Amino acid sequence: MSLTSDHVKRVAKLARLGLTDAETTETLTQLNSILDLVDQMQRINTKDVVPLAHPLELKQTLRADEVTEMDQREKFQNTAPQADDGLYLVPRVVE
Amino acid sequence: MYEAVIGLEVHVQLSTNSKIFSGSSTDFGAEPNSQASLIDLGMPGVLPVPNAKAFEMAVKFGLAIDAEIGQKSIFDRKNYFYPDLPKGYQISQFEKPIVGPGRVLISLEDGTKKTINVTRAHLEEDAGKSIHDAFDGMTGVDLNRAGTPLLEIVSEPELRSAKEAVAYLKVIHSIVRYLDISDGNMAEGSMRCDCNVSIRPEGSATLGTRTEIKNVNSFRFVEKAINTEINRQIDILEDGGRVIQETRLYDPDREETRSMRSKEEANDYRYFPDPDLLPVVLDDSFIETCRVNLPELPEARKARYISEYGITDYDAGVLVADRDVADYFAEVANTSGEGKLAANWVMGSILAELNQTGGSITNFSVTARQLSHLIGRIKDNTLNSKTAKTVFEALLAGEGEVDAIIEFKGLVQVTDTGAIEVIVDEVIAENPDQVANYRAASEDKKSKMLGFFVGQVMKKSQGKANPQAVNQILSSKLSG
Repeated sequence: MSLTSDHVKRVAKLARLGLTDAETTETLTQLNSILDLVDQMQRINTKDVVPLAHPLELKQTLRADEVTEMDQREKFQNTAPQADDGLYLVPRVVE
Repeated sequence: MYEAVIGLEVHVQLSTNSKIFSGSSTDFGAEPNSQASLIDLGMPGVLPVPNAKAFEMAVKFGLAIDAEIGQKSIFDRKNYFYPDLPKGYQISQFEKPIVGPGRVLISLEDGTKKTINVTRAHLEEDAGKSIHDAFDGMTGVDLNRAGTPLLEIVSEPELRSAKEAVAYLKVIHSIVRYLDISDGNMAEGSMRCDCNVSIRPEGSATLGTRTEIKNVNSFRFVEKAINTEINRQIDILEDGGRVIQETRLYDPDREETRSMRSKEEANDYRYFPDPDLLPVVLDDSFIETCRVNLPELPEARKARYISEYGITDYDAGVLVADRDVADYFAEVANTSGEGKLAANWVMGSILAELNQTGGSITNFSVTARQLSHLIGRIKDNTLNSKTAKTVFEALLAGEGEVDAIIEFKGLVQVTDTGAIEVIVDEVIAENPDQVANYRAASEDKKSKMLGFFVGQVMKKSQGKANPQAVNQILSSKLSG
């Protein structure tokens, strides 16, 4: 499979990335070479291979249901671009 | 004629103390962002660690609906940008959820039962809240809710009407309350529902184009939103148009659903396994412990109530729907020894009162012990149905205990036949015309006319005379 520049533009838009035309072309070439590799891998017979969800063959440790985090709002909001009344402020998003 | 095809996605907030991936508190109503840690804020360099309790709750739900449990489940990233989820993705489960296919049984209005298959239930994190109207040109974000564990329960599109959808939702609600894995409060958003609705000509096997109504937050609105949407789709098809696949919002004030066009484009979530989280593998003993600790579930309790208390299938269904109501009823029935009376009082008086006031039975002003006393006083003939009602009203108003109220209000039922005879004689003497009419009437009319005299006697006794005794004495005196 190979991508078109429309695919790249759409993915960039979903990821909120602004790409120039030159960057779009460059990204298209890079992504297509990755997909070539994927094509190569897909030619391998993996019928009896269990899908791998994570490269580390370990299982997740769970934690006990305890509240361990203290309120550090003031500290966190000092580094936020804008906060008011305890709320983080962002450019207006309206549905 | 059209047939509706409906599937529900129910989001249940799990009542853990801490969040699903961080040690922040999940308490409702705290100061904005006072329960939002670095993990909840999506800061770089932090690692989520899953909460074991959330898995325990999800497994219990799975066992309760007879589902396959995903002993190895995997977290995925669902990518979208919205400020209430600052990471840019929601941690969810896609290919390998914790709960696989299961089923629930719903009761339809005509008394028949229907099995609804549950496709899956998966764990994910809730998002924060956005406040759009408080700041000029800005949106305020409160991330206290971000990271609260959610169990998303997805049904197969097997529901055929708004009523069936509500019945299914009520069963899910009942199960999560019995399991005590959520408070299930729809008004506060602890349980939310997305409805997928399509229509097709009756008898057709192909599916129509569906729309999704987001975030409906009460049983009543689920019914209304679905019916509104079904009618909208029928109108479109009747006019020769086509239904567009889209996300819609239900507006209860205008009783209509509206398109949320802005969100359509974002419906490409590009799921992939979250590299921050390893597969969660639950061993058999974890699942076995959950199974052993399962409480008695609504269906089992319903069957037990029918056999133990001799109440009807319908009554038992109403009584067990809410775990607290079921417990209350059982206490009244056990202590009074009167299952049928207890059922009548709980359904007739208490549920009616709760429906009206919107209150909860856990802090209801008449305790199970008091209602049991009241029933005891009906059983021993101290009270008749009318005076019992008066005592109940007094209990509701907090006027004291049953026996004190009976004494204070002078409500002891008169079963002393001598006293009743005196009143009956008075009534006969005061109503010579009616007496003459009665005596001249045919037998089948007499029984109807007797009501007038009974009413007079009860009135004179201020409702305290035993109605059976009154009937008996009246008929014998009038006939002679």
